[in-house]
Amino acid sequence: MKEKFTILTSTCVPLPLENVDTDQIIPARFLKATTREGFGDNLFRDWRYDKDGKPNPSFVLNQDTYKGDILVAGKNFGSGSSREHAAWAIAGYGFRAVVSSFFADIFKNNSMNNGLLPVVVSPEFLAELFDSLKKNPATAVTIDLPNQTITNNATHRIESFEINAYKKDCLVNGLDDIDYLLANQSKIETYEQSLGS
Amino acid sequence: MGKTLFEKIWEKHVVDTLPDGTIQLYIDRLYCHEVTSPQAFAGLRERGLKPFRPERVTCIPDHNVPTLHQDQPIADPVSRNQVDTLEKNARDFGLTYYGLQHPKNGIIHVVGPENGLTLPGMTIVCGDSHTSTHGAMGAIAFGIGTSEVEMTLATQCIMQRKPKTMRITIDGQLKPGVTAKDIALYIISRMTTGGATGYFVEYAGEAIRNTTMEDRLTICNLSIEMGARGGMIAPDQITFDYLKDREFTPRGTEWEKSLAYWKTLYSDHDAVFDKEVTFHAEDIEPMLTYGTNPGMGMGIRENIPSLESIDEAGRVSFMKALEYMGFKDGEPMLGKTIDYVFLGSCTNGRIEDFRAFASVVKGRKKADHVTAWLVPGSWMVEKQIRVEGIDKVLTEAGFELRQPGCSACLAMNDDKVPPGKYAVSTSNRNFEGRQGPGARTILAGPLVAAAAAVTGVITDPRELIK
Ligand code: SF4
Repeated sequence: MKEKFTILTSTCVPLPLENVDTDQIIPARFLKATTREGFGDNLFRDWRYDKDGKPNPSFVLNQDTYKGDILVAGKNFGSGSSREHAAWAIAGYGFRAVVSSFFADIFKNNSMNNGLLPVVVSPEFLAELFDSLKKNPATAVTIDLPNQTITNNATHRIESFEINAYKKDCLVNGLDDIDYLLANQSKIETYEQSLGS
Repeated sequence: MGKTLFEKIWEKHVVDTLPDGTIQLYIDRLYCHEVTSPQAFAGLRERGLKPFRPERVTCIPDHNVPTLHQDQPIADPVSRNQVDTLEKNARDFGLTYYGLQHPKNGIIHVVGPENGLTLPGMTIVCGDSHTSTHGAMGAIAFGIGTSEVEMTLATQCIMQRKPKTMRITIDGQLKPGVTAKDIALYIISRMTTGGATGYFVEYAGEAIRNTTMEDRLTICNLSIEMGARGGMIAPDQITFDYLKDREFTPRGTEWEKSLAYWKTLYSDHDAVFDKEVTFHAEDIEPMLTYGTNPGMGMGIRENIPSLESIDEAGRVSFMKALEYMGFKDGEPMLGKTIDYVFLGSCTNGRIEDFRAFASVVKGRKKADHVTAWLVPGSWMVEKQIRVEGIDKVLTEAGFELRQPGCSACLAMNDDKVPPGKYAVSTSNRNFEGRQGPGARTILAGPLVAAAAAVTGVITDPRELIK
């Protein structure tokens, strides 16, 4: 069972860069583990720490200004490799949702399989949210998964977002695909028989 | 209405359709490597499950492997543990395993096609985004996450949304000195890194039909770099000739039966794609990248775009990329000094890539200041290099051949480009730090890489092969 996701209100951490790829989220040299734990420590490693491992004060995660459970990023977030470690790192750090105007496909799937909600908003919503966060770092956002809405609580701009019914159901109930597929095993066997030869 | 190649294969693999359109898709083949599978096997154990169809799974370590002294234990204990874990998981669960030194070891995306494990009409997944490579044989192949690896192990199925379809047509004929890698980098530079997100791409057109099987593997390999779920090319005589008599290709009457089916795998003339894009082969020049994503590519004789030509929202990322690379906007790339050359990876680590590289360096010498890593994609490629005497050409020119693996493509082993150094790489990603912290990657094809290796600077290979 994964943690259930219903309604989340939180302040945000802005990362206003486009095309943030999975090698930035979690560099390959940290992929050598054989468990799912501990990846949060190396989230955005090469932006967050300098060569000697000292925190880089200009990177947002090292500042006290922005805190919260929601990461807000520029378009095409999570492009590149299929490494689920990227989702584990973001979730492991403590984020529960990522807001962007565009996500890479595999990243989106991987996030949802780990209880991390990718919320796709319009470019206008995103630009306004970055702006709100700049003006007031304490700006909170409410994500209502059952009703599929996201609200910028500073401007009260509200937008609905897309998520397919099956995935939503999984997230709201903390279930995953394997639970579903195992329950459907007989259909798989019927399918295989139908292939015959 | 006719069907696309994608739809023909996809529909054959639908086990169940949920009311919201989510598909339970049957998977013919699962490839596992050591980096993205351990947590999947652990999950399987936690749930008390076993692989559902072990005969459909092939396990090959490739990412962490050193490219020298593979007969000795891997020095880095963490890498060794990951490789050992894959071997143990394969053994415990009765899965096929081609470990280091095995004649079938190499990069999964090289090994699968060259052994006939990848066949037309299949659905293929692997916890690796470059699984798109296998689409070159006329298969639906795409990368998945570790949770999905676990699903496939447990049930031979995954839950998927049907992607949209896109056809990218390349008309006309390529100019001399232009390779499959240039086609791919050209397409990505026009499409941008996110331009095909949500789509499954079919490559078509005269220039594609005229490619070799290995060219097609290179082109499909890079589909993910424009965000596509995967890429594919309809199988034809070139595909069938390539596959005939490979180790796991069907034989005898099975071959005839398969062939009859494979010949039905093409997009019907009245099939409709969600998106159609056309490019002209004559417009494609030898390509390279100047930035930190594969979409930041240009013809080798062009200049890096000027800041003003970039749309407002992208300027911060653009300048960040150039700063990382140590380049200025608007300047040319020709003549820039480089430090490293990497020939290899699942993009350009096949025999034709080594032939191409050798054709340029033959009778020349490696530039003194250049460090070159030439890494065959598999032991089969390595063997062929020796059979053809390419190794001698390379040695005479001052190069040495290394042992197969992913190597500097993602630098999980010792092949790391030092901070600030420039590497011309035939691999697929130029992300910040991809080839080592601070490493600066210039992506290119094997001819451009070879020209850089012998001149020590960015050089148009056509000047050397005139
Ligand atoms: S060669 Fe590079 S891209 Fe290909 S599988 Fe290995 S690490 Fe991935």
